[in-house]
Amino acid sequence: MSGISRRHFIQITGGAAAVSTLGFSNILLAGKSAGHVVIIGGGIGGATAARYIKRADPAVDVTIIEPNANYYTCFMSNEVISGERSIDSIKFGYQNLESMGVKIVRDYATNIDAGKKQVATKGNSNIAYDRCIVSPGVDFKWEMIEGYDAKVAAEKIPHAWKAGPQTVMLRKQLEAMKDDGTVIIAPPPNPFRCPPGPYERASQIAWYLKHNKPKSKVLILDAKDKFSKFGLFMQGWKKHYDYGTDNSMIEWVKGTEGGIIEGVNPATNTVIGSVSEYKGDVINIIPAQKAGKIAFTAGLVNDTGWCPVDQKTFESTIHKDVYVIGDSSVASPLPKSGYSANSEAKVCAAAVVASLHGKPAGIPTLVNTCYSLITPEDGISVAMVYNFDGKKIQKVKGSGGLTPMDSSPAMRKREANYAHSWFNNITHDTFGG
Amino acid sequence: MKVNKKLLTLLIIGGMSVSANSMAETTTAQALANTCAGCHGTDGSSNGPATPSLAGISVDYFKDAMADYKAKDGRYSTIMSRIAKGYSEEEIALMADYFSKQTFVRKEQQFDPKLAKQGGKLHRKYCEKCHEDGGRSSEDDAGILAGQWMDYLHYTMDDFKNGRRDIPKKMKKKVSKLEKDKGPEALEALINYYGSQK
Ligand SMILES: Cc1cc2nc3c(=O)[nH]c(=O)nc-3n(C[C@H](O)[C@H](O)[C@H](O)COP(=O)(O)OP(=O)(O)OC[C@H]3O[C@@H](n4cnc5c(N)ncnc54)[C@H](O)[C@@H]3O)c2cc1C
Ligand code: HEC
Ligand code: HEC
Repeated sequence: MSGISRRHFIQITGGAAAVSTLGFSNILLAGKSAGHVVIIGGGIGGATAARYIKRADPAVDVTIIEPNANYYTCFMSNEVISGERSIDSIKFGYQNLESMGVKIVRDYATNIDAGKKQVATKGNSNIAYDRCIVSPGVDFKWEMIEGYDAKVAAEKIPHAWKAGPQTVMLRKQLEAMKDDGTVIIAPPPNPFRCPPGPYERASQIAWYLKHNKPKSKVLILDAKDKFSKFGLFMQGWKKHYDYGTDNSMIEWVKGTEGGIIEGVNPATNTVIGSVSEYKGDVINIIPAQKAGKIAFTAGLVNDTGWCPVDQKTFESTIHKDVYVIGDSSVASPLPKSGYSANSEAKVCAAAVVASLHGKPAGIPTLVNTCYSLITPEDGISVAMVYNFDGKKIQKVKGSGGLTPMDSSPAMRKREANYAHSWFNNITHDTFGG
Repeated sequence: MKVNKKLLTLLIIGGMSVSANSMAETTTAQALANTCAGCHGTDGSSNGPATPSLAGISVDYFKDAMADYKAKDGRYSTIMSRIAKGYSEEEIALMADYFSKQTFVRKEQQFDPKLAKQGGKLHRKYCEKCHEDGGRSSEDDAGILAGQWMDYLHYTMDDFKNGRRDIPKKMKKKVSKLEKDKGPEALEALINYYGSQK
């Protein structure tokens, strides 16, 4: 033993264990393809799946179909809206995945032929796969709000629920707004991506207004009567934004008290609620959501509008050899979040690699965490650990939960710092580098 | 003697994890460790600025830390106690083995070179005994300090001093002596020294 340094020894055993675990040494040595995985969508779920398949077995060919050259993360996009960070700081490219051997096809998937095992694209190609992973994020139910559609969103009333130009547009509107203005945010009914997101957004906008346009306010017209991290947000709003007083910078109208909105008039900047109409200077409507469009055309959804999967592998229960991860899948009890999509992608990647090698899938283990920033120095979080009960994913009893209501300002400041660390780590973990 | 014992445990754990993985129905160390990456970085090397790296951590230190997070009134944390409660002792042992075998990738940190130089001297005098090799070693079961994120080091030293984390008796003595001899700046110098290491 004395001949080998301790560090070296660890590396050898570590490497050997990894290889024998997966049982790929034969394929690696032979140097031929272990199958082709086509991934639809290079967002959090898709990019993570690509990276983790390559990490597990470089002999698997991986192709991502994604229309955009860069991905803008939704997480931390609320900080772009408040002016705390730049749009470029949430922009990620695919060069690190490409250097791992992942092929990026700049195109848009239009259908999946599960019988022929081919993905059809807008650019008229048919890409054959052995396994297909679908992670297209969400699509909007425009029809639920009269007068609102993709065109209105692109030109006048942003949803900013997919980051990028929409985020920049909302930011610019806030900057251009006069003081004494009203910013309307209309959060969607459940289920939707990032349950605490609209309320973090309200906090971030209030922070911007407080320091730049103090006579202005945020009016939340909610479809719901309660929301994620409710107690913590209420506490934070009282503390930082005088919530509940005459001077409050934030007003929240719950669904049963007129918060549900039925229409919008872009010409007059009016939102039509079930009880009354509201005028806004800046309006942000976050529509109700469903699985990404491709999930519908490929027949991967059930009547809930989301994609049912075998929660052990994330394989669709409708189409064999097609897997659905991220926001589009029914992964509950996991919420629709970036951390969930990243965690699900790893479970799915391992299952796909195992199946290409004719091996049974392992037992899933997952984590979710969502940080929210009430101010740049007041961070709160919700976390949960999940395991598998033999049939479905379940919460591990006793784990997880919320930031305690009585945690001190110093500890909230730590959480804000850890939230930014989380952002750095999850984006590196997803896109590499 | 100490090293031999560790090698032995490594051999045993290494063997165990391989056989455990060949039974299909167990969650693997890899699968468990993957779930931590969103916060601690891929394979436990964090991109900072605050969440600590876990790569290269000693098996015993890792197990103790997780047990301490799980314990009622145990080690203070903003979030880890909520996470640690989700894992059994067996799962923690698997992860301890996994992270101990990863290479700690040290990222660039902003530090004050003058303070870092001072810190190096202070380290050798007050801390090297239990944090060997300039704080790079994991063999003392005391956590790797060299290259650890400076914000985390500030937080955890603050926890040690304010009773949010149990400080080893002998370390407490050294820290007190350090502050008595050199003033409150001294700890800052040490943290800059750890942050300066590549
Ligand atoms: C404001 C906001 C804040 C958020 N904050 C957090 C947070 O703090 N923490 C957290 O964990 N989560 C957060 N989220 C949620 C998180 O962003 C999503 O849950 C996550 O991105 C889901 O990943 P996904 O892979 O399902 O979808 P996405 O990341 O949206 O990726 C989908 C990708 O698929 C592509 N695509 C779609 N259709 C096709 C097609 N037909 N062909 C090819 N490509 C296609 C899209 O271009 C896109 O790149 C937030 C969301 C918002 C809106
Ligand atoms: C949501 C983010 C998050 C996740 C997920 C997470 N951690 Fe942590 N971890 C932290 C933070 C933040 C700290 C610092 C203590 C605190 O305030 O919670 C920490 C500290 C630690 C420490 C102490 C390090 C030291 O040097 O003493 C260990 C060990 C640890 N985590 C292990 C894990 C393991 C194992 C997992 C996965 C099962 C994990 N963590 C998942 C955020 C996270
Ligand atoms: C007598 C031995 C001893 C001395 C001397 C000592 N330490 Fe420690 N230190 C330990 C042990 C043991 C731990 C692990 C404690 C635990 O398990 O919680 C530790 C933990 C730490 C940690 C936390 C690491 C982590 O990842 O969370 C820091 C930081 C630290 N020591 C700094 C110092 C500094 C700075 C000095 C010198 C001023 C010092 N120590 C001197 C034994 C010592």
